[in-house]
Amino acid sequence: MLYINCPHCGMRSQNEFSYGGDASVKRPELNKEVSDQEWDNFVYNRKSLRGKHLELWQHISGCRQWIKVERDTATHEIFRTFKADEEVA
Amino acid sequence: MTQAFRVENVGLINRDKKLSFKFNGKKYFGYEGDTLASALLANGVHLVGRSFKYHRPRGFFGAGVDEPYAVVQLYRNGETEPNIKATEQELFEGLEAKSVNCWPSVNFDVGAINNFLKIFLPAGFYYKTFMWPKSFWFRIYEPFIRKAAGLGVASTKHDKERYEHKYEYCDLLIAGSGPSGLASAYAAAKNGAKVILAEDKPRFGGSLLTSDVNIGNQSGKDWAEGIIAELKTMPNVVVKNRSQIFGYYDHNMLVMSEKVSDHLPATKKYHPNKRLWYIRAKEVLISSGSIERPIVFGNNDTPGVMLSSAAKEYLKVYGVLVGRKPLVFTNNDSGYETAIEFKKHGVDPIILDTRKNPKSEIIDEAKNLGINIKNSYVVVAANGYKKVKSAHIASISEDKKQLGEIENLQCDCICVSGFWTPTIHLASQSGNKTKFKEEIDAFVPGQSKQNETTLGAANGVFSLEETLKTSFSVGSELSKKLTENDNEIAIPNVVEKKSSQHDKFWCVPLPKGKHYKRFLDFQNDVAVSDVEIALREGYRSIEHVKRYTTLGMATDQGKTSNLNGLQLVSEIENKVVPAVGHTTFRPPYTPVSIGAIVGREIGKHSKPTRKSPMHDWHEKNNAVFVDAGVWLRPRYYKRGNENLFEASKREAKNVRSNVGVCDVTTLGKIDIKGPDAAELLNRVYTNAWLKLPVGKARYGLMLREDGIVMDDGTTTRIFENHYHMTTTTAQAANVLSHLEYYLQLVWPELNVNVVSTTEQWAGAAIAGPKSRDLLQKLFPSSDVSNEGLPFMGYIEGDLFGVKARIFRISFSGELAYEVNVESDYGNFMWEKIMQVGEEFKIQPYGTEALSTLRIEMGHVAGSELDGRTIPYDNALDGLVSKKKDFIGKRSLQRSAFTAEDRQRIVGVVPLDKKTSIPEGSHLVKDDKAQLPNPKLGHISASCWSVEYDNPFSLAILKDGKNMIGKKLFAMSPLKNKVIPVEIVSSHYVDPKGERVRS
Repeated sequence: MLYINCPHCGMRSQNEFSYGGDASVKRPELNKEVSDQEWDNFVYNRKSLRGKHLELWQHISGCRQWIKVERDTATHEIFRTFKADEEVA
Repeated sequence: MTQAFRVENVGLINRDKKLSFKFNGKKYFGYEGDTLASALLANGVHLVGRSFKYHRPRGFFGAGVDEPYAVVQLYRNGETEPNIKATEQELFEGLEAKSVNCWPSVNFDVGAINNFLKIFLPAGFYYKTFMWPKSFWFRIYEPFIRKAAGLGVASTKHDKERYEHKYEYCDLLIAGSGPSGLASAYAAAKNGAKVILAEDKPRFGGSLLTSDVNIGNQSGKDWAEGIIAELKTMPNVVVKNRSQIFGYYDHNMLVMSEKVSDHLPATKKYHPNKRLWYIRAKEVLISSGSIERPIVFGNNDTPGVMLSSAAKEYLKVYGVLVGRKPLVFTNNDSGYETAIEFKKHGVDPIILDTRKNPKSEIIDEAKNLGINIKNSYVVVAANGYKKVKSAHIASISEDKKQLGEIENLQCDCICVSGFWTPTIHLASQSGNKTKFKEEIDAFVPGQSKQNETTLGAANGVFSLEETLKTSFSVGSELSKKLTENDNEIAIPNVVEKKSSQHDKFWCVPLPKGKHYKRFLDFQNDVAVSDVEIALREGYRSIEHVKRYTTLGMATDQGKTSNLNGLQLVSEIENKVVPAVGHTTFRPPYTPVSIGAIVGREIGKHSKPTRKSPMHDWHEKNNAVFVDAGVWLRPRYYKRGNENLFEASKREAKNVRSNVGVCDVTTLGKIDIKGPDAAELLNRVYTNAWLKLPVGKARYGLMLREDGIVMDDGTTTRIFENHYHMTTTTAQAANVLSHLEYYLQLVWPELNVNVVSTTEQWAGAAIAGPKSRDLLQKLFPSSDVSNEGLPFMGYIEGDLFGVKARIFRISFSGELAYEVNVESDYGNFMWEKIMQVGEEFKIQPYGTEALSTLRIEMGHVAGSELDGRTIPYDNALDGLVSKKKDFIGKRSLQRSAFTAEDRQRIVGVVPLDKKTSIPEGSHLVKDDKAQLPNPKLGHISASCWSVEYDNPFSLAILKDGKNMIGKKLFAMSPLKNKVIPVEIVSSHYVDPKGERVRS
């Protein structure tokens, strides 16, 4: 079970969180013309990375904040975690 | 029965407490502190079971967790448990156990015919033989093989035992209480670190209980006892015996199974049977020791052949002689230690040493005691069927290829030692890259991936002095880092005998013309010949060899077989062992009861049960409940002998003709506040929200980004920047997360707060033509007329002194209201409604009547919004704004969603107006068509229309728009029904929606 450092609450076990997928996906702006391909990429197409992956988790049984977690999908190592509005450098 | 093999005044058992037990129906005696294995051996019982594949007689091979085959079916306090190792099961008064894998008995086993057919049962036999005909596998081959193989039978009864889970955090978790575990725990504890020390056996001390060493001028055993006693007094230390750490998972999470009650005749009141510990440790010290490995020779599975360390443990811990004419077969000094113990207790052993001329203090001691030692000698094969009677022995050449003349040597047990294998399972599970250590022919932990350190024998260090030195210092260093304390520990002086180099010899060659079975893996009946076949047939990867032959699989996980298997592959393949590599060690290290893993989350405890504040009232008024997600909701209120159908019909009818009240507390409620609240709603709902006035509610539909309907519900504008959103019961949590996702990540610029208020409000839906009259009496000071409170209107009212929210919304299609009060007043509200409603013939109605009412009105619910439908499919396309953008809008342009013949909701009536259509039935054009009959749609919900008194269903049907009036068939192969039906409008009752506005 992963041990995730919630930037708001501190170290908590994985069972307090719910997974939210790739954090690098950007939703196209509202009221903007979007091509079929662009929209498909946003809704469906995801890379199934092996290695470092920036992903979303929600601290659902804690502060309810969505956070970003930089994690290795193969080794499960967590490198860094970020608040929702923090820029990932 | 006397305990003929018990030695006086030796061992750690309590001879004052005699215990009786039964094995295979026969009564025996043992002592408190015995295991089932030691008690049986004390009584001279060596035959415990039959082997997995060939049904060969099997006895005891180890003395603890290393035991590959002495598993029994255990009976305790009216329960039975399979797969219990006799070497681990502690004896208690009245214990009963039976042999497994034999029929009709362990002494005469019909399945043993396999042993004589063994040339026909090599590796891969099942794969090759039972392939044809294909259909035979499930019906004939598989059940037969299942019956013939296996180790014990699981109980089919409900388990009465209780199991607990516990979560723990610590600085240092130490696995194993041998010398390295004790030393590191002690050093860390002295520095004030929070330490958990776990030992799988009942007694602490590990190898110190059986080794002949001296620490700090006392025996190893006494030193261990002193350390444990001191650790137990320290508040920062938890020491646990009977506790096996069986799994090492991500981020230093380890799981330990504590046997709380297995050593007792019955579990004590309020005690669990087992306790599963989830331990998150900052540092893990693996001091799991090592397991002696066998030397492979002919018929090495005969009862009476066992590890020399096991023989020593039976003698030193339990005071049991495993034989009176022991033969010790060794390639290192450990065999000598066992022989010396035998000699000290009046038994004359013979040592066969594969080495030519080894020299060490231990060997000198054996020689001084006058023990008969034969150098450059091997056991070629064991003789005897159910017990060792003698051994074929022979001298062996320098190159270990040529055997001398075979001699027959009388003996009653063969104690074998092929040196030691570090127990690296936990380290390997943690992701440690293990490395091969030439000096000991075994793998040891290498580069750690997590915060884990392996100590002592588990790390391939067999010198006690070196082990203690390292362990004290590692315990000190790690705890110093965590606690910043630095207490110095005096390392005690150690007296131990020096050993000489072991011999790398591991397998005795077959003499010419002999075909003895030489077993590598005793649990899975894998012999040398099986691995040879696998390699001959082209399996190269050790992982493939493992799967083809079953070497190192199952509950044993290759504890005694792993390295010998690798040696064999490396010899045949002409590779070095590290090039062959080892297979992956997987948790659990030893079998764990399923009950312990499940814990207390069984039956009703598997999820929370949520009840509305009016639950007690429902219960008192004969409500029959149904699970709605985690909620319990009244399905119907039973009167007299009514069944579900009759009661729900009565309740629904009463709503259509008078007034009914339904508990709607379970609906999800979300409070939305902030200047941008309207903008948020406008983005998440498909319809327009910017112009909703204060005091008005609106029905809204929300989509996922892929265009599929996510949820529906009404949202009311309470104040300027304050909205009250309702969701379906099932989607409440998901909708909240959905809103939080967009507010926190996508549109953080919106100034809005959302919070769940589901539990803050109790809700009652009052529905029926008389509902306004009732409402007026409940709220005499409020104007609830059609003008004062129009359809989709909202006011606050005073319910006999309690503040209430009144919404004019309807799910039933009747004139209806929903009243909300703070949860604590829920029951008050309900009782008032019932009391005041009496004159209007009010009746409570449950979810079944609620369904009936919404189905015949054509209102969609979860069965239509099933995660596969878009607004159009539900005839809700009118709610999709063409002007503004919203979540999922772009997806609605997908060609499949805009197809001319897109599926759409319709009503379905059986032609005979009598036959109810099962939900899930498929709609087809031709009931006689060849299979697969093309499906046009499916029945999503069915009811008995109380308005028209005939069955009515909703369906999602291809080209539903143009199908009204068409005749189809509803087919349910599940219920074996074919029903001719007519397609009608989904709005079966009051299609213009006049009632809700009346």
